[in-house]
Amino acid sequence: MKWNVTAIATVVILAGLALVPVAAHAIGDLFYVTLFSRILIFALAGVGLNLLLGYGGMVSFGHALYVAIGAYSVGILSVSGITSGWIQLSCGLAFGGVVSIIIGLICLRTTGMTFIMITLAFAQMFYFVAVGLKRFGGDEGISLPARSLLPPFDLHHNIVLYYTILTVLVAVLWGLQRILSSRFGLALRGTKLNQVRMRSLGFQTLRVQLIAYVLSALICVIAGFFLANLTRFVSPSYVHWSISGELIVIVVLGGMGTLIGPVLGAIALISLEELLTSGLLHLPGAGDAFVHRHWKLLLGIFIVGVAIFLQKGLYGIIVGRRTAP
Amino acid sequence: MQLMALFVIQLLNGLQLGVTLFLMASGLTLVFGIMNFVNLAHGSFFMCGAYFAAVTFAATDSFLLAGAAAILGTVVLGLLIEIGALSSLYSRDHLIQVLCTFGLILIFNELVQIIWGLDSLYLNVPQVLSGTISILGQPYPLYRAAVIIVGLAVALALYIMIHRRRVGMLIRAGAFDPVMVSALGVNITRLNTLVFAVGAGLAGLAGLLAAPMTSIESGMGEPVLILTLVVIVTGGIGSIRGAFYGAIIVGIIDTIGRAFLPLAFMSVMPPAFAQSAGPAIASMLIYLLMAVILAFRPQGLFPVRAAT
Repeated sequence: MKWNVTAIATVVILAGLALVPVAAHAIGDLFYVTLFSRILIFALAGVGLNLLLGYGGMVSFGHALYVAIGAYSVGILSVSGITSGWIQLSCGLAFGGVVSIIIGLICLRTTGMTFIMITLAFAQMFYFVAVGLKRFGGDEGISLPARSLLPPFDLHHNIVLYYTILTVLVAVLWGLQRILSSRFGLALRGTKLNQVRMRSLGFQTLRVQLIAYVLSALICVIAGFFLANLTRFVSPSYVHWSISGELIVIVVLGGMGTLIGPVLGAIALISLEELLTSGLLHLPGAGDAFVHRHWKLLLGIFIVGVAIFLQKGLYGIIVGRRTAP
Repeated sequence: MQLMALFVIQLLNGLQLGVTLFLMASGLTLVFGIMNFVNLAHGSFFMCGAYFAAVTFAATDSFLLAGAAAILGTVVLGLLIEIGALSSLYSRDHLIQVLCTFGLILIFNELVQIIWGLDSLYLNVPQVLSGTISILGQPYPLYRAAVIIVGLAVALALYIMIHRRRVGMLIRAGAFDPVMVSALGVNITRLNTLVFAVGAGLAGLAGLLAAPMTSIESGMGEPVLILTLVVIVTGGIGSIRGAFYGAIIVGIIDTIGRAFLPLAFMSVMPPAFAQSAGPAIASMLIYLLMAVILAFRPQGLFPVRAAT
C-alpha cells in the first residue's frame, strides 16, 4: 500500500512535468519550457545529492563542484573545437569520477561536522581553479557558441532539450530505485543508521559510502552537462558555495530519503526564485522593485523557515506520511 | 638580499593574514567543539564588524569609536542571534543547522545592502598608523605591523583565559564532555551564550582589522569563513591551540604560495603555462595541505582529546 502511494505520486509528478511543454505551447509562452528545463536540471542534481544526504546521511556542502565539472567539460571542450556531446559527457564523467574518488576517500575519513566543512572547502578550491582558468574565461566565464551535438537528440530545440533532460531524470530515478532496493541500498541505509554495527556484520562501510558518494557526484556531473547546454554559458559561479547550499535546500525542502522528493523541492525552490526575481507581485508602492532587488532576503527567511518547521519536506506533507528513514 | 627582504615581507603578510584568521577561528572552533553546532553565519559577524566600523568612523571621525562599535556591535548581535534563534538548534541535526545558518547568511548579506546601500564602503587607516616602518631596508606598512601585534596580543590573552582561568577550564571541559560539565552544576546554557558572544566579538574585531585593507561589501564574510573552516579542520575542532597554529600555517602558506609559486614556475616552465598555472595552483595550496593533513590525521593537528 505504501509503495502504491509513492508510485502514484511519482507517476503523477513526472506526468505533470511531461505535459509542461504542451501547456506552455497552449498558453503561447515558451519561456516556461526554459524555466522548467532549469527545474529539471536542479531536480536531477538534487536527486543525486539525495542519494548521499537522504539515504547515506552524509551532508555534502560541496556538490556544486560536480555540477561545475559537468558544465566545464562542455565549456572547455566545445571552445577547443570538440562539439560532440557524447565525448564531452564521457570526459566529464571520467574526470568527475576520478575527482570524486579522491575527494571521497579523503572526506570519508571524517564524519559529521568535519565532513560538511571539508566538502565545502574542496568545492571552494575548485572555485579558485575555475577562476584561474584564464584561457576559459577566468572570472567572467565563457559563452558557448552552440549547444553540444548529442545525436540522436537535437539539443538546439528547446523542447527536445527539455524532453532529453526529463528522459535522463526518469532513467536516473528508475536506476536509483533499483539500486536502493538492492543489497547495496540496504547496506547504505544501514550504514547511515549505525556504522559500527554494519561493520561488525561484515560490511565494508567505507566502500558502500564511497560508491554512494561517487554515484551521487556522477549524477550531478550529468546535471552540469545539461546546465551548460541550457544556458550556453559556463562560469565559476556554478561552483559557488551558495549553489551547494541551494542543492541541500532542494533535497530538504522536497523531502529527504524519498526518491521523488528533490524533484518537488526543485520545482518549489526554482519557481520561488523566479517569482521573487522577476514575478509580478502587485505589491503596493515600490514593493515589487524592492523584492526583485533584495529577493535573497526573502529566500533566506524562507530557508530558515524550511529548516525549522518543515521536517518532513513537501513530499511528506503531500503524501501525508513521514519520509522513509 | 632583495629577494630575502621580499620573502620576509611576504612572511609578515602571511602572519598578518594568519592572526586575522585566528581571530575568526578561535571563536568558531569553540562553538563547533562545545555546542556541537555548525555555524556558517560566523562570516557575517566579520562583515558586520567591518560595516559597523566604517559607518561609525564616517559619522564620528574617530577610529577608537569605530573599533568599539565594531566589537561591541558584533557582541550584541551575537547575543541576539544566539538567544533568539540559534540556541534552540544546538540539539538538532547538523543538516538543520547548516540550512538555518545558510539562510542567515543570505539574510545578513541582503540586510547590509538594504541598510548601507549596494556600493562598497571604505575605511581609511587611522592617522597614527598610516606610516611605514623599515624591514631589511624595505618599507612595510605600520598598520599591518599593528594588526600582527594586536592579533598576537589577543591570542596571548585568549591563551591565558582558556588555560589559566576557571572560565577557560570550564570551556575546555565543555569541549571535551559538555554533558558531564553540566552534570557538575555548571550553567552550560550561559557558558554557551558567553562563548558565542565572545566569538562573535572576535570575528567583529577581525572584520575591523581587515576593513582598511579591503573594500567593505556584502558577501565579504564568506571567503574568510571558508578559509576559517580550513584552519579549524586543519587544527582540530574545538582546540584553541589548533586554531592558532592552523591559522598561522594557513596564512603563511597561502601568502607565500601566491607570492612565490608563480615565480618558481616561471623558472622551470614555459612562461605562458606558468602564468596561468602558477596562480591557480597557488590558490589550491592550502586545500592540498588540508587534504594531506586529513589523510594522515583525520582529527586535525591538535585534536582536543590528545591535548588534555
